Amino acid sequence: MTVTPVYLRTDVAPSEPSRRIVDDRPRLLLTDEHDMCPGCGEPLAVRCFCEAIEDLGQGNNVIVVAGIGCYTTFSMSLAIDTVQALHGRAPSLATGVKRMKPDTVVFTLQGDGDMVNEGLQEVIHTAARGEHITCILVNNGVFGETGGHMTATTVLGQRTKNSLEGRDPDYHGYPILIGDMLAPLQGTVYCARASVHNPAGVARAKRYLKKAFETQIARQGFSFVEILTMCPTGWFIPTNEGPAYMDEVMGEVHVTGELKVDGVLRTTEDLKAEWARKAAEAAARGGGPSFDVEHTPEGGEV
Amino acid sequence: MEGSEAIAEAAVVAGCRFFAGYPMTPFTEVLEHFAVKLPKVGGVCINAESELEAVGMAWGAVATGNRAATGSTGQGLSLMQESFSEITMAELPIVLFNIARGQYDYYQSTRGGGHGDYRQIVLAPMDVTEAVEHCQLAFWLAEKWRNPVLFMGDYLLTHTYEAVEVTEIDYGPVPDKPWAVDGSSSGTLDAKLVSSLGFDKVGRPHVGPQAHWLRLAEKWAVMREQEQRSETAFCDDAEVIVVAFGTLAKFVRYVVKELRAEGHRVGYVRPITLWPFPEPAVAAAASGSHVRTVAVLENNAGQMIDDVRLSVLGRCPVVAIGGISTDGSGFGMGALLDPAVVRERILSALEPVSA
Ligand code: SF4
Repeated sequence: MTVTPVYLRTDVAPSEPSRRIVDDRPRLLLTDEHDMCPGCGEPLAVRCFCEAIEDLGQGNNVIVVAGIGCYTTFSMSLAIDTVQALHGRAPSLATGVKRMKPDTVVFTLQGDGDMVNEGLQEVIHTAARGEHITCILVNNGVFGETGGHMTATTVLGQRTKNSLEGRDPDYHGYPILIGDMLAPLQGTVYCARASVHNPAGVARAKRYLKKAFETQIARQGFSFVEILTMCPTGWFIPTNEGPAYMDEVMGEVHVTGELKVDGVLRTTEDLKAEWARKAAEAAARGGGPSFDVEHTPEGGEV
Repeated sequence: MEGSEAIAEAAVVAGCRFFAGYPMTPFTEVLEHFAVKLPKVGGVCINAESELEAVGMAWGAVATGNRAATGSTGQGLSLMQESFSEITMAELPIVLFNIARGQYDYYQSTRGGGHGDYRQIVLAPMDVTEAVEHCQLAFWLAEKWRNPVLFMGDYLLTHTYEAVEVTEIDYGPVPDKPWAVDGSSSGTLDAKLVSSLGFDKVGRPHVGPQAHWLRLAEKWAVMREQEQRSETAFCDDAEVIVVAFGTLAKFVRYVVKELRAEGHRVGYVRPITLWPFPEPAVAAAASGSHVRTVAVLENNAGQMIDDVRLSVLGRCPVVAIGGISTDGSGFGMGALLDPAVVRERILSALEPVSA
């Protein structure tokens, strides 16, 4: 079967009025507006989980426990029952919620400062217990809310307000790849890392989130999805350079893909090798991937 | 029944369905009993990875409208203080157990180690019988006020066997819980937000921190008026008023009765709630011209004495007759928890002041 690509026609008038992105506001958002910076990736991540939950028919049966970060503003605008946690503490609260409401879908929304700095032991023990919740990490490698400071996931060389000359391993230590810590735990059933810096990444993030929620609904155990999100403000770059910076700087370290699915474990190093292999194959075919829309080691679908 | 078991049993009878804790002497046995009892009634007890997670889990459980509790010793509660502040600001009716090492946590329990303005009712039972009552009262008061209640026990309380029957006490109705999350209002304009900041979902009138915190301060002012509990005895003509709380107060009751029988003019006030502190009761006892001294007996270097001074307000001298008293391990009871020692201390306050 041949697939005919659909191109945007620019030679004729559109048959219907164009739609703005807010026209497709997910039902689980109470407003079209958010107060994030232009170019921020977090609203995209929010859209992904809202749509994933709706697609699974769980829109009236879901509770979120929100951490503290820029995304905390969504505590007020999500049409989802919300418990506001302290910085780092969302997984323990979500545990208490889920144990008392075992038939609901319960997830946490946390940033890298929240989950990987302050609350690291919470997410690890929650995974180890095989708690039937989903933890969502929106990872941008900085404390965006405080104005761009180093977190545990800041990549080497990255300049932040407290690593002005770039993160130096001798002085600041190395970044933590949290997915690689969670995936091997027996209680973890699904573990993946996605990115929202391009449409393919957004689609993948949503797909991973659906798989994670399905894991939870099937009472299989703990599920984790990390979503890399742009933070041009905290990265001190022009807004429109966010996606490229994500691809070339963060994405090189926090490589996207599934780290645990159906009992098969992969490390970030494995994902990196798969990407390299695919790039080499593509180059051999004569068409090298120009941007990481092909960053899909699990194959095909973008 | 041992005190620790009676406490867990009373909590279960009061409807507690979730407990999370981390073992620590002398609190450990309370956790052990919850671990046995809760699953039998369809509840959950989690051995948390630290006190930080224990309080977080109980916070989440209570946000669903279930009765939930956590606890530790004062040391463990030190770790939980950040959450105590936030849970209080979020108006969640959690119950907290401090099975303290001695009485060193008076400041912690009444002032709190957490941030900001916040208040919690603190109940300090003197024996296992009263603990069974207070345990149930704690859950009721917490829901009545949508405010955490702290139960203050110690080594002696949890490790003493008393013949008690744990039966349900009906303290009356509690308010509905329209704030509790269950996921069913998700996807609607009625989605809920349990937050300490006083904000609500978009589209509803936002209160905001200023108004929220003011309202809470007003609530605590009313609680302060309405929830003071204390026991006063033999104070009508007393020259010396002894003030003591918790298990130590049980010794004081016994010794004061004994001294009265011998003709000494001594009475006592036993604060049952440490917050709100029964200031009027202490002030009233200290008011007569017959009162020479108010003597504070506490098992620490002097903490409650501040509240006693604030109640007496210079009407008469306030002296400390207690002090630091612990065993070799630092967990248990020292020499002070002995009627003979308590008697000697009270007698020292009765001695006429030399001119
Ligand atoms: S600081 Fe960064 S994370 Fe925060 S809203 Fe701005 S772009 Fe987004």
